[in-house]
This record gives sequence, structure tokens and C-alpha cells, in this order.
Amino acid sequence: MSALLEVKNLSVDYITLNGAVRAVDDVSFSIEEEQSMGLAGESGCGKSTIAYSLMRLHRPPALIADGSIKLGGRDIIKMGEEELRQFRWDQISMVFQSAMNCLNPVVKLEKQFFEIYKNHGITKNRQEARARAEKLIEIVGIPKERLNDYPHQFSGGMRQRAVIAMALALKPKLLIMDEPTTALDTVVQREILQRVYELKKELKFSILFITHDLSLMMEFCDNVSIMYAGKIVEQAPAQTILKNPQHPYSYGLKNSFPSLHGDIGYMEGIPGSPLNMSRIPRGCRFQDRCFRAQDICFKEVPPRQQRGNDFYDCHNPMGTLTGSRN
Amino acid sequence: MDRQIVFSIKNVTMDFQISGKTFFSKKRTLRALNNVSFDLYKGESLAVVGESGCGKSTLCRIAMRFYTPSRGEMTYNGENVHKFKGNPLRNYRQKVQMIFQDPFSSLNPLHSIYYHLKRPLQLYHGYKGIELKAKMNEALEMVGLVPPEEQGIKNPHQLSGGQKQRAFLARILAIGADVIFADEPTSMLDVSIRLGVLNLMNKLKREMGKSFLYITHDIATARYFSDRIIVLYSGHMVEWGDVDKVVKHPVHPYTKLLISAAPDPERETLAKLEVRDDVEKEVTMWTPESRGCPFRNRCPVAESRCADDFPEAVEVKPDQFVRCIHAKEWKTENSAASEKPERNQPVG
Ligand SMILES: Nc1ncnc2c1ncn2[C@@H]1O[C@H](COP(=O)(O)OP(=O)(O)OP(=O)(O)O)[C@@H](O)[C@H]1O
Ligand SMILES: Nc1ncnc2c1ncn2[C@@H]1O[C@H](COP(=O)(O)OP(=O)(O)OP(=O)(O)O)[C@@H](O)[C@H]1O
Ligand code: SF4
Ligand code: SF4
Ligand SMILES: [Mg+2]
Ligand SMILES: [Mg+2]
Repeated sequence: MSALLEVKNLSVDYITLNGAVRAVDDVSFSIEEEQSMGLAGESGCGKSTIAYSLMRLHRPPALIADGSIKLGGRDIIKMGEEELRQFRWDQISMVFQSAMNCLNPVVKLEKQFFEIYKNHGITKNRQEARARAEKLIEIVGIPKERLNDYPHQFSGGMRQRAVIAMALALKPKLLIMDEPTTALDTVVQREILQRVYELKKELKFSILFITHDLSLMMEFCDNVSIMYAGKIVEQAPAQTILKNPQHPYSYGLKNSFPSLHGDIGYMEGIPGSPLNMSRIPRGCRFQDRCFRAQDICFKEVPPRQQRGNDFYDCHNPMGTLTGSRN
Repeated sequence: MDRQIVFSIKNVTMDFQISGKTFFSKKRTLRALNNVSFDLYKGESLAVVGESGCGKSTLCRIAMRFYTPSRGEMTYNGENVHKFKGNPLRNYRQKVQMIFQDPFSSLNPLHSIYYHLKRPLQLYHGYKGIELKAKMNEALEMVGLVPPEEQGIKNPHQLSGGQKQRAFLARILAIGADVIFADEPTSMLDVSIRLGVLNLMNKLKREMGKSFLYITHDIATARYFSDRIIVLYSGHMVEWGDVDKVVKHPVHPYTKLLISAAPDPERETLAKLEVRDDVEKEVTMWTPESRGCPFRNRCPVAESRCADDFPEAVEVKPDQFVRCIHAKEWKTENSAASEKPERNQPVG
């Protein structure tokens, strides 16, 4: 086992008029080579903030307050601008939330690929760029003739696939996908993920997959990190999160998805709404919404229970009594 | 069981004029709905599922009388909606309401939640004074916005997305609607709070006998909340009936595709989709001149005769209807095999 990406004690602040808000708080995780890791949690919990930090694309008012991010042993936080420019897209690339709007609608797809190759010193030759682009675009299931078309002539799903092809243009070691398919239909969404899944096997990159759709993540990822209010509260293999989650929040998230085939009973979801990040309570951040909260949860920050790479932070974890499937 | 039909749509077809391929070419006609019919019973939820652009919202807009269908008719409690004028029309506008996808745009940001409830309670029911106050609080309690005195004075921006949808449902209750068209009411909400809103709609359905047309592209929640389901493809009803039968044993190739594409955590790896890989998977535009089965360019089991006509409906099982050339074969196969009893218990 060798870790490709190692994030240690990462904290990211947003500087606002009312002072700093810590959107990501002391987060550590790692991703192995050829592994796919899922990052799930409610809106506003800090998922995109982490993704931007890994790319060092975060802009003011965001500020990395602490921690290290190492990819292949090199600390991204310490890199200078030039080093960063080389490294970005080449080593890590990212498909953004609503990425299909990232393509320039009035520039032909072929040209957009050419720009990437040119800017990263791969080739200045139009023909060679075209050949590379053709190969990639066919892998994501778009006929190569369509490189001559403008993105506005594509459907949303095709645009999204084109963006994924571009993100893979420089054969990065890590592909970050931030809610790559939430704006799309189920069928199109599945087609895209299937392509990525096959590509990953072929090109051997690692994936950080961000979504709030836990059920999709379970199928797609080897490991899952569950994030709540700026912290990763549980990390485990996808099957463990599915069958035997320890943190009550993971349990609640998992139970927010009605089953497609099993019996249907009454399901709760999670009561209340996400934590206001400028008012962090003492003790556990999930206390107000937790059905297992005890006195201690309101007083003390829950300790981390670590088993190998897996962990959870909770005073009163689910234990084994929740081994049931929904 | 004696079921009362509150709303129905018969053979509704909706054509839109859209611009031609180039500026100079003549206008084209897009057929967004083709011969759609269904009944909505009192106290039931009927789900409509299908991919983007298949005509789901158009259906809602027709019911809300934003559009007049090109063909077909709509009835409310047995009476032709398009003939309504004066009081019956006013009554229809009161009793049939819609809840939208975007909770942020559906409430007036300048007014308190109380204000949103007060107007309809005065206007439609003539409530005043203490009684008015009591009715407002009752509606808020019903939708779980408690304590009502505290929530009622808030402005929409002080509520979360899920709370806004609840407030909007409270308004629908205040208006006194009995048929609710819900166009993707939870798709913009966080997953963790979606169920809360669905459970609320379920409560309104069971305790107050409200009827819902639930539009969604999430089959799992359709199964959770609805009794029956319609699968729409390019404006055509391709399969419909009892939600459990359709979701557990889909017959139409498109329904199968839709269900195999839905996320299912119990599957351990990504399942392979049943689509033809050799065609461009874009939905072709349906026009009044189009013939045959609309799904044929993506269908893995299409035959040449699929280009001739859109097959008639076959009841493959009691309360499960399919329009596909293979439906008949499937039916014979199915009736030969002994059938297990189906679960059909209501949610909750
Ligand atoms: N530019 C900004 N200024 C101040 N606060 C911000 C800014 N961008 C994000 N935040 C705050 O940081 C927190 C984390 O935001 P982030 O975008 O990382 O969430 P997310 O998990 O990606 O959510 P979503 O699922 O909605 O995309 C949120 O509470 C958000 O309000
Ligand atoms: N006013 C209009 N003029 C022209 N075409 C229209 C109009 N309204 C809808 N359409 C077309 O009718 C078809 C059905 O649209 P509709 O909005 O009903 O789809 P939908 O199923 O609700 O999709 P989504 O899941 O994306 O909301 C689409 O092809 C759309 O472009
Ligand atoms: S620490 Fe307490 S409040 Fe927090 S998740 Fe665990 S049981 Fe719930
Ligand atoms: S009628 Fe033909 S094209 Fe249509 S779904 Fe059936 S087999 Fe496929
Ligand atoms: Mg985000
Ligand atoms: Mg719609």
C-alpha cells in the first residue's frame, strides 16, 4: 500500500466581516494509488473547500490556516507559483461542480483540447493534439467528428463527458470530481460514472469523488469519508458504512435513501438542519440532531476511535446493534 | 375498494411551436406530450418519472391551466376543466395547487410566513381574528414548523430549504387544495432532509386525503411515497401501474434502463446498463409526423416493426400496463410461471 495523497490536519478559514469562519477543521485523510475515495456530507459541510485546497485553487477570502497536503511526497501548500502551474492538471485535475458550464460554449472542442496541450507543453502541433483529443473523446463515448463542434451544440451529458475527457488529458494521478453529475439525469449520470470507472482501470489514476448522494457513492467508491460541519466524522470502506456505520450521522445519511428493492418501512432522514458554522457548540457538533446524544456530548469533543485507516469520532457510537440493512 | 377519481387527464397531446434549425427555415412542431391519460384518486400519490425533457413539467403546467393542451381533456371531479368559468373556475384554482422544485423562488421574500397563510385563509375561507390566528398555527403545526408562533413571524430567508418547502405546503393547506401537483419538490433539498418533506406529504395524503401527482426522476423515492407510477418517455406513457410491480419487475426496456441506472447501495459494484452502445444516446425530437416507438434508437431489443406503430397497451399483470411489442410475449411467459403474491402495503 502506498498513499498517493496525504492530507494532514488541514484547516481552511473563510475570512468574513464577522471574523474567520473555519469551514474545514483539522481534517486528515489519505488516498492510495488507484483507489477511489468518496467524500459525502450535507450542503455547506466543506467538501468543495477541501477540493479547492487540494488543487490550491482556493481564492480569498479562503485561507489555508494549517496542515499539509502531500501528493507523491511533495507538499502542495509549499509550492511556488511556477511549480504549482506545472503540477496542476498534470498531477491532480478536477471536474467542478456544474462543470458542464466550464466549457467555453463558443470555442470548438478541438481548440479547447489544443489549448490544454499547448499550455502544458505537451505539444504545439495541431495534428498531434487532435490525435490525442480524438482518442480521449472516444473513450468517454463522444464520436470523434464532434470535436469540430461547439459545446453549445451538445447535450448536458455530453458536455459533462467532454469535461471529464479534458480533466484526463494530461493523465493526472488524481482526479477530483466535485458533484460531477448531480445536474444530470440518472441514466446519463450512470453512463458517465461507468466510463470513469472503466477509464480508471485502464489509466490507473485515483479518484476523490464528492457528492451528497451517498447511495451513488457506495457503488462507486472503495472508501468513504463522512463529513459533518467541517470535520470528517467517520472514515471506512464503503461496505462498512453501508452495513455497519458507527457514527450516528453516517447512519442517518445512509438511512436517507429509500431502498429500490427491499421492503419499505417508515424512514426518518435526519431531523433539523445543518449546523451554522459561525456558531459551533461545545462538545460534539452533531449534538442537536443526534438521537444518541448523551450529557457528555454537550461538554466534550468526542474522541477519535481509530482502527487501522478507519476511524470515527463519537461518544456513543452505533456499535454492532445496527448491523441491519434498511 | 371504492376509489374516487378526483382528477383525470384523457388523451392529452401537447404541441409546441419551436424555431427552425436556421433563422430562415420554417417553424417546427415539437410534440411534448403524446396521448397521455391517467386518473388520480382521492388520497393517493401517483408518481411520474422520466428523464429530463420527457414532458413532466408540461403535464403540471397543463393541469395548472398555464397551457391549453392541443388535444384531449381534463376533468376535475368528473367535470371538464376547460369549460370552467366563474365560480367553478375559482374553485378549481383553489383546489388544485402546485409545489415547485425551487423553494427559494416560491415564497415572497418580503413577507412573513404568517402573511403567506393569512391571505388565503381570509380570501377563501373568510377567517378573522382569533380564529384566523388559530388556523394559521394549525397549518404550521401540521407541516412541522413548530413552535408556530416563532416560525410564523419569520421571513422566508430565515428558513432552511426544507423549512421553506414545509411553509409552502402550509400555504397550500391554508388555501384548502385537495389535489397537489408536486414538480420535483425535493430535488433541490439536501438528501438528509428530503425524507422529512416526503413524510410530510405522506401524512397529508393519509390523514387529510390529499391527492398528489409526484414528479421526480428519483425512482426510489417514487416507490417510497407513491402508490402508482407512470413512466414517461419522450412524451409517451411507456409503462404504468402499481409502483411496486413496475419498480420490482419492470417490463418496458426503458423502465428497465431507468431502474438499472438508479443508484442502489446494495449493489456492490457499478452495474452494466442495458443500452445500445452504437447509437448516440440523445432523445430524438418527437413531432406530429413521428411514428413508431419513441425509444427505438436506444432500445437493445428493438426490431424493424418498432418503426411502424407505437404498440398498444398490454396489461402484463393486474395493474401493470406496458406499451412494447414484447409485452405480449412477456405476459404469456409470466402467466405460465406461478406468481408470488406481491407486497402492496402502504408506506409508513
Ligand atoms: N467565499 C466564501 N465566503 C465565506 N464563506 C464561504 C465561502 N465559500 C464557502 N463558504 C462557507 O464554507 C462552508 C463550506 O462550503 P463548501 O462550498 O465547501 O461546502 P460543500 O460541502 O461543497 O457544499 P455543497 O454540497 O453545497 O457544494 C459553507 O458553510 C459556506 O457557507
Ligand atoms: N413553452 C415551451 N415552448 C417550447 N417547447 C417547450 C415549452 N415547454 C416545454 N417545451 C419542450 O417540451 C419538452 C418537455 O419539457 P418539460 O419541461 O415538460 O420536461 P421535463 O420532463 O419537466 O424535464 P426536466 O426533468 O428537465 O424538468 C422539452 O423538449 C421542452 O423543450
Ligand atoms: S458524540 Fe454524542 S452527539 Fe455526537 S454523534 Fe456521537 S452520540 Fe451523537
Ligand atoms: S416497442 Fe420496440 S423499440 Fe419500443 S421498447 Fe419495445 S422493443 Fe424497444
Ligand atoms: Mg460543493
Ligand atoms: Mg421539469
